[in-house]
Amino acid sequence: MDIYAQNIMDHYKNPRNKGHLKNADLSQQEINTTCGDDISVSLKLNGDKIKAIKFDGQGCAISQAAISILTESLIGKSIKSVLKLEFQDIEDIMGIPISERRYKCAMLGIWAIQKALRTISKNI
Amino acid sequence: MFKRSDFPILKQKIKGRTLVYFDNSATAQKPSVVIKMVEEYYRQYNSNVHRSLNPLAEVVTKRYEEARDEVAEFINSQREEIIFTRGATEGINLVARTWGENNLKSGDIVVLSILEHHANIVPWLQLKEKLGIKISYIPLQEDGSLNMTAAKKLLSKKRVKLLAISQASNVLGILNPLKKLISWARQKNIVTLVDAAQSIAHVPVDVRDLNCDFLVFSGHKIWGPTGVGVLYGRRNILENMPPFLGGGDMIGAVYQDSFTINELPYKFEAGTPNIAGVIGLASAIRYIKKAGWKNIVVQEKKLSDYFMKKVGGLKFVKILGTAPAKFPVFAMVIDNIHPHDAADILGTEGIIMRAGNHCTQPLHDYLKVSATLRASLSFYNTTAEIDFFVKKLQELKKAFK
Repeated sequence: MDIYAQNIMDHYKNPRNKGHLKNADLSQQEINTTCGDDISVSLKLNGDKIKAIKFDGQGCAISQAAISILTESLIGKSIKSVLKLEFQDIEDIMGIPISERRYKCAMLGIWAIQKALRTISKNI
Repeated sequence: MFKRSDFPILKQKIKGRTLVYFDNSATAQKPSVVIKMVEEYYRQYNSNVHRSLNPLAEVVTKRYEEARDEVAEFINSQREEIIFTRGATEGINLVARTWGENNLKSGDIVVLSILEHHANIVPWLQLKEKLGIKISYIPLQEDGSLNMTAAKKLLSKKRVKLLAISQASNVLGILNPLKKLISWARQKNIVTLVDAAQSIAHVPVDVRDLNCDFLVFSGHKIWGPTGVGVLYGRRNILENMPPFLGGGDMIGAVYQDSFTINELPYKFEAGTPNIAGVIGLASAIRYIKKAGWKNIVVQEKKLSDYFMKKVGGLKFVKILGTAPAKFPVFAMVIDNIHPHDAADILGTEGIIMRAGNHCTQPLHDYLKVSATLRASLSFYNTTAEIDFFVKKLQELKKAFK
């Protein structure tokens, strides 16, 4: 694994879409109790597609870079397809292999998003 | 005297890099003599203890009981006061479930300190749920040492029945002045339990000198095997406690409707014990004797001073706990670098460290930090390793700038 990969450090140092969406359709917080990493997401939807995501929180380079990357790459994706995303997909989106010991760090952001989506997914 | 080469793992390379083992507070490495002793047991005289009248059983029982003598001498107790457990955690749980459940009542107070390991908090919280006892924590001073004024005040409260406290924190690495605390407790007839899981790897521990009622430690932190530990209990208190687990050595006789209890120390040793672990632990203690506490303490002081000077001198690193009586155990906060990233990246350089709250969430909350990076050294570490660590920390800082 390479935390020093350019896109990881770039997203960690200059996180995209940081903050909270006004009039968000959904919001959700996810905490990793073993390390104190904390991510809150807010989402706007357009029908069954994701229109916008913002996040707030603090944590390690992997967790913060992962959520920052997701706030860009998931735009326009269907709720159904986002709910299907697994570890392998997150690795692909981040563009680096993630070691087992950093699994939770990489997944924290997507878990927050999926948890938020699950609150309404029954209706879609 | 000791040699670094006594520890075979330290010669290993991790992906081509020499191993820098800075995680001794989690578990210490094992010298060849301990590894050999465990192997010899399995190869030459593996059999069960205290059971059969055969030559193998005779050898193993002798070795097992010699190990008890070795431990008793090591902490200056009687052999009947040494109970073999799975580790420090089990020792504390044993005391909570037997002495605690039989002597504590709703409203009684157990005094801990805020720097306790979860293993010396949760068993008492369990009793809080079960019996309605209260728990009070001794606070700290700025430098990480115990606030003794507050401690004295807490111990003078009427319903305090137990003081359960670690001799040294696994995060701050500061030796607590337990003799004083225990003497205050004894004046008030407060029972005392010492968690020596950390301190026992850094200083000689003497239960008579401390004058405590219980003391626990784990074998693997003093260069012995995992899965074995010791509970020391003052004889008259152990005698008045009910047994913990039922079965095996704790039994005197069993009838259809009743059973009798074996004498000390077997009363608290149910089931086949960790024989290899106990024999390995005795071997580790013999290793310490040979290495010499004096030599260990001198080398650790040298490492501790060097680390404080070199790493403490870095502007972007803050070391928690700076009181003078410090073992080479350092919890650090690094500006703008999450401890998990630091431990992960340093690990790829061969530097083995731990990041997180180190099983001390209340302490981390108290210090208002979510996680720390911990370097915990032992006598076999070197100042050259500290230099290498400093170099890698500086590189890390640069990358995260």
